[in-house]
Amino acid sequence: MTCTDEPVLEMEFAVARHDFAAAGEAASRVKQVLRQLGIASHLARRAAVAAYEAEMNLVIHSHGGKIVLRVDSERITLAARDSGPGIPDTELAMREGYSTASDEVREMGFGAGMGLPNIRRCSDCFEIDSTVGRGTTVTAVVNIARPGS
Amino acid sequence: MTVSEIASVLGMTCVAGREAMDREVTSGYASDLLSDVMGHAPEGAIWVTSQIHQNVVAVALLLNLSAVVIAGGLELMEDAIVKADARSMAMLATPMSAFEAVGRLYQLGVRGEV
Repeated sequence: MTCTDEPVLEMEFAVARHDFAAAGEAASRVKQVLRQLGIASHLARRAAVAAYEAEMNLVIHSHGGKIVLRVDSERITLAARDSGPGIPDTELAMREGYSTASDEVREMGFGAGMGLPNIRRCSDCFEIDSTVGRGTTVTAVVNIARPGS
Repeated sequence: MTVSEIASVLGMTCVAGREAMDREVTSGYASDLLSDVMGHAPEGAIWVTSQIHQNVVAVALLLNLSAVVIAGGLELMEDAIVKADARSMAMLATPMSAFEAVGRLYQLGVRGEV
């Protein structure tokens, strides 16, 4: 057997603050790439949902950031990184229904406090790391089941 | 049932994504919270909502939904129409309230996932 840890693909998608017109494009690209790689549709869907929620968090809450998609033979890894403002209490942010979104954003149907919980639900492995004033990184991993496993 | 058959029986108007009207509707979902839809709407569902902006189209596309019903006589925004046409997502409009639209869909045999 050859080494399977070698990345087969790594891509970056920039996400701009408050750009609601382009919102969803990064997630749409993620889904498209996973399909092209022949990833099973139920796995691609979970990754796409996680990517969408991460992208919306960047649009709504961050100063701007990026989503990095990495796919190897064993897993799909999504990392959403931004340059601030950071989350003071990540435990609170993870609570379903808790949101700091503005009324304007809520009227559009965002800010229901379900974004991070949705990402966690779609992931086999989920991590959030945030420092106020520096930024937040959310990492979501979807395992690619191997034949017979 | 296809989106086209449903639109015809319930008198709903296709306002965008006409090309996708032959898709099969396999279930239904109703919500105005996008994350709720993202987290729970099954693939192939017809989605009833009062949201009218282009992010609705993005969510429907990502989840591979069969169609979106804009209820309550609301008008889909222009940029959403452009996006739905470009990406082929059927967008229906009805003067019915969301409650009424869901009820009529249910009568036609469309079910949510239980």
